[in-house]
Amino acid sequence: MNASPEMMAAGTAPAKAPARNNIVMDCQLEKVFYGDFLAVRASHVPIEKNKITGFIGPSGCGKSTVLRSLNRMNDLIPIFRFEGKVSYHGQDIYDKKVDPVVVRRYIGMVFQQPNPFAMSIYDNVAFGLRLNGFKGNLDERVEKALQGAACWNEVKDKLKNSGLSLSGGQQQRLCIARAIATEPDVLLMDEPCSALDPIATRRVEELMVELKEKYTIALVTHNMQQAIRVADTTAFFGVDISQGSRTGYLVEMGPTKKIFEEPEQQLTRQYVRGEFS
Amino acid sequence: MSVPELVVESSIRNLEQTPRPLPNLNRAPLEIRALKSGFLTGLTWIGAIIASVPLFSVIYILVIAGGSRLSWETLTALPPSAFEMGGGFGNAIVGTVVMVGIATLISVPLGILAAVYLAILDPDSKLAHTVRFLAKVLTGFPSILAGVFIYAVMVVTMKTYSALAGGVALAVLMLPTVVLAAEQAMAMVPKKMKDAAYGMGCTRTQVIWKVVLPTGSPGILTGVMLAVAGAAGNSAPLLFTALFSNYYLTSLTEPTASLAILIFNFSGMPYDNQIELAWAASLVLVLIVLVFNILARIIGRQKY
Repeated sequence: MNASPEMMAAGTAPAKAPARNNIVMDCQLEKVFYGDFLAVRASHVPIEKNKITGFIGPSGCGKSTVLRSLNRMNDLIPIFRFEGKVSYHGQDIYDKKVDPVVVRRYIGMVFQQPNPFAMSIYDNVAFGLRLNGFKGNLDERVEKALQGAACWNEVKDKLKNSGLSLSGGQQQRLCIARAIATEPDVLLMDEPCSALDPIATRRVEELMVELKEKYTIALVTHNMQQAIRVADTTAFFGVDISQGSRTGYLVEMGPTKKIFEEPEQQLTRQYVRGEFS
Repeated sequence: MSVPELVVESSIRNLEQTPRPLPNLNRAPLEIRALKSGFLTGLTWIGAIIASVPLFSVIYILVIAGGSRLSWETLTALPPSAFEMGGGFGNAIVGTVVMVGIATLISVPLGILAAVYLAILDPDSKLAHTVRFLAKVLTGFPSILAGVFIYAVMVVTMKTYSALAGGVALAVLMLPTVVLAAEQAMAMVPKKMKDAAYGMGCTRTQVIWKVVLPTGSPGILTGVMLAVAGAAGNSAPLLFTALFSNYYLTSLTEPTASLAILIFNFSGMPYDNQIELAWAASLVLVLIVLVFNILARIIGRQKY
């Protein structure tokens, strides 16, 4: 696939040794358990401001688990346990005083499957604003969010229609609009294109590159080409099966170009060459 | 991690040597399996028709026998005494509506709360399993026992038959239907929608209130309407609780007329006038249930 010049630039932008103050979220994960099962071990994943950080790796490497630890979505799984800290603007979001519900209002999420609510397109986008007791001009913010998610022109004449009546790609962009309507700091995207066709995928990828001007994005992807196309920084996770179970860990993290062209680790090299998946 | 080598076995060889005959793709209507399929399809048709015969014949007889007596007088007048002509069952319509209303007010909020617990809060707890089992048992509960139970609990203690006791007895019968239908409807709300709500920063209460209940509401409403229809036509639980009255309702703590009991009483009388009224009351009862059903369908239609 040919990447647009803009996206090529995004994919190859040098991001050497990020300045400390540019890091919005600093995930210092020690151990993540599901019950007794150690799912992910020691991984340090800093997320830089206004950059797209891509998480790649084989199935079961814990990349989704790490992403969902960043807004405490995993807390919904009763047997989940997180050891370590995730500092967000200097605060540890796993601190006992922190309310996970409030964390999720600042750190938005876009899911693997498009999941609009069974409401109108308008109400879907206004949902988060109403939830936060937004008092300003709702119409304006809804339009702005839909424009931001590059779907205003497609839906502006049918805002009263069901969000579920849209195509898969439109639904996913609606979900992005819903997520950015509240202007969150960070946007977590968990394989947002895996249920979409190539054309819809391309649109969402272009959108991600546009969105990083305003937001900080962490992106889990199964598709290495996607990471090359959109991610500024790439984190490669691997699976350690030496202890008899499958534990994910961060193998290597760095500028996307470096990870894909001259990685430091042998394992990374094998993975990006497609020698295993 | 090791990299497995790809081994390609060359098991495909000498394919050109044996030419295969062209397949026959034409229909063969007289083949055994085609006949069998036709026969079974016919059988399901007959089954479907037979199953709808009772419903249509009941409606037919009701319209024929009851329709002729339907008038403003029958809908508003009080029931006639033994040899009196004319009269109606206005008080019974009011009584039925009031008692079903009381039953709905009790069973719907309670049932939906229970369903929220069963479907969302703790679906796998011991309490949930017990409640679900008991609700299923209660749906097959003989309705007359609900009447006897409320007689013991309310009529004896209050020392009077009443609309209140009748309403509570009907609520006992409606509750399991509401609980099970509402639980089903809420459990069907896709997990990804709930995840989306949590991801937006909803508390669990907000997820239930803003996403699960609205999304499940058509299913919940269907269950409520089923329960209402069942309660409106039920006479057994009212025999010992509301009894009957020949006058309009003035207070909730006095014996109260209902369509079901009026039908029960009048259909057994040796007077033509009363028997005609029983038919007309049956028709009205069916119409009330029908109207409520249609209304519920309109209100509860899946909007999005």
